Amino acid sequence: MNTSDVTKQGVRGARPGREAVTGSAAVAGGDRRGRRRRGERAVVPEAEFRSYYGKPILNQIVWQAPDIAGYLFLGGLAGASSTLAAGAELTGRPALARALKYTALGGISGSLAALVHDLGRPARFLNMLRVFRPTSPMSVGSWLLVGYGPLAGAAAVTGATGLFPRIGRAATLGAGLAGPAVACYTAPLVCDTAVPSWHEGYREMPFVFVGSAAAAAGGMGMLAAPVEQAAPARRTAVIGSVLETAAATYMERRMGMVAEPYRQGRGGALMRVAKALTLAGAAGALLGHRSRALSAASGAALLAGSACTRFGVFWAGVQSAGEPKYTVVPQRRRLEKRRADGHGEPGGS
Amino acid sequence: MAIDEQPADPTAAGPGGGPPRMGFFTDTSVCIGCKACEVACKEWNMIPEDGLDFTGMSFDNSGGLGADTWRHVAFIEQRAPLGFQETGVGRPEREPVDLGMPSFERPGDSTGADERGDFRWLMSSDVCKHCTSAACLDVCPTGSLFRTEYGTVVVQEDICNGCGYCVPACPYGVIDQRKGDGRAWKCTLCYDRLGDGLEPACSKACPTDSIQFGDLDELRQRADERLGTLHEAGVSSARLYGEDPDDGVDGTGAFFLLLDEPEVYGLPPDPVVTTRDLPSMWTYAGAAALTLLAGVGAAFFGRRR
Repeated sequence: MNTSDVTKQGVRGARPGREAVTGSAAVAGGDRRGRRRRGERAVVPEAEFRSYYGKPILNQIVWQAPDIAGYLFLGGLAGASSTLAAGAELTGRPALARALKYTALGGISGSLAALVHDLGRPARFLNMLRVFRPTSPMSVGSWLLVGYGPLAGAAAVTGATGLFPRIGRAATLGAGLAGPAVACYTAPLVCDTAVPSWHEGYREMPFVFVGSAAAAAGGMGMLAAPVEQAAPARRTAVIGSVLETAAATYMERRMGMVAEPYRQGRGGALMRVAKALTLAGAAGALLGHRSRALSAASGAALLAGSACTRFGVFWAGVQSAGEPKYTVVPQRRRLEKRRADGHGEPGGS
Repeated sequence: MAIDEQPADPTAAGPGGGPPRMGFFTDTSVCIGCKACEVACKEWNMIPEDGLDFTGMSFDNSGGLGADTWRHVAFIEQRAPLGFQETGVGRPEREPVDLGMPSFERPGDSTGADERGDFRWLMSSDVCKHCTSAACLDVCPTGSLFRTEYGTVVVQEDICNGCGYCVPACPYGVIDQRKGDGRAWKCTLCYDRLGDGLEPACSKACPTDSIQFGDLDELRQRADERLGTLHEAGVSSARLYGEDPDDGVDGTGAFFLLLDEPEVYGLPPDPVVTTRDLPSMWTYAGAAALTLLAGVGAAFFGRRR
């Protein structure tokens, strides 16, 4: 039997017994453990792995980026805005409170609209409320929106009309307390998947998301409220920016090779832009608090930075689901480690 | 609204002595790559045509499992000794019957074993694993995905609203959203046929019994025996995949006998149901929520301007 293949590059495999394995997508080998520890500097994936013709193992995420990344961003903006609005209301900063209440209502409406728009069968949105399933963050989130949405709406409408001030204040405080939950439930939502770059970051992702949400809400306050009332918004923006940047940096360090999609391609580009915008906005918040124009510009940068973070996380997930190595290599390493440990506890991450 | 109860333990028989857990054992060592399972599945379940494509990489032209491919036959060519997949292993010893067909010398007969090329085909029919701990079912916000009395996982198409959450949740890349329809679809283990006492279409159509359907306990026993036979015959690369109730998805309802590592067939080597970490995720999220509340609270201290 002839063992050679005639290819465009000439005759290959002219000798039997060689090791070539059709279908393997091996990347250059090397000391992967040593490289991994160096974190950011690991440029080339140093992992050898096998796959089925290089095809991804996972089915690609079917969510649309503008819908679902927008849903993550607007939900975060709304939740943190409500909390900031409640604080502004309690400390007598009406202009800040009003602007943030409108933001919260607009944000949560947009978030809900994006979610419904992304459904394969939008007319069946209410099926989300058929059951309450604690194992599904989307189910928990739907019920959270059912509780939070009317509160945010009542806070905004009573704020605008001046009617029912007591109900308005109760709604503002209620929305303010529910806000942090609304801002962070989306982190478990994306992490509770088999997408490697999402799932492996589940410890830090909620902090990235609430930091991003706080930066966006603070930015909105700086953009919409007069500088005399915007001091808490500026501080929230700075706290949020620092939290988001620190959590995202730590997450990328800890995840090893699965963090690559946060540095490469569209996901990586968005994450870098997000970091630049967020830090620039935070600097503006610290230095430019006397200038209305500078405050507004910094606020806009913070909002854009927060949106970029959510889109960056979204695309990093898409990239990691689309390549078999992010699924195979960590699982293979886990198996090898377990085998080396003498068949320790099966499963487990 | 109803508080969704935790799905019944799929490893146990249903309440009141319901049917035992049913599943598939796909023995890829006898798969001949005929794709009868793919066709039978499409026909019985009336799955729409999704492109008559030529992938160009092998005889595989469905690529992988998806909304419109519930059985997928993988084809892998390898430069490995043929002996690893002797098809006659385990069959009764009998002289082959001479049909009087015109014959010719088999390739490599005259050159001897050393000169003979090492080559083997791996073929495997992939399907939904019907996991004991199924991520798709766990994350479904509508309750469209449910656990049947046979311990299988099925989508109710009249409830699914196409949120798409189950798609990235599946660690095997099985379930997918159908284009132009919007809903999620996957293998039902022929739930309709099971109710009528029929075996699923794919296993019914399989001409070599590579796909075996039955009571999961019995299938596991049969798989162990088959693995022992193959190992005895020197097929050292044979291994079971998904049969271990202690693995990351607590065992699958459809498991396999493979002749190489799972990733070669496009299967994850060590899948873990994502919801195993969910309690921890909620804890971290709670901590983050409190951090946000504290951070915003702290922003109201200090100078008024």
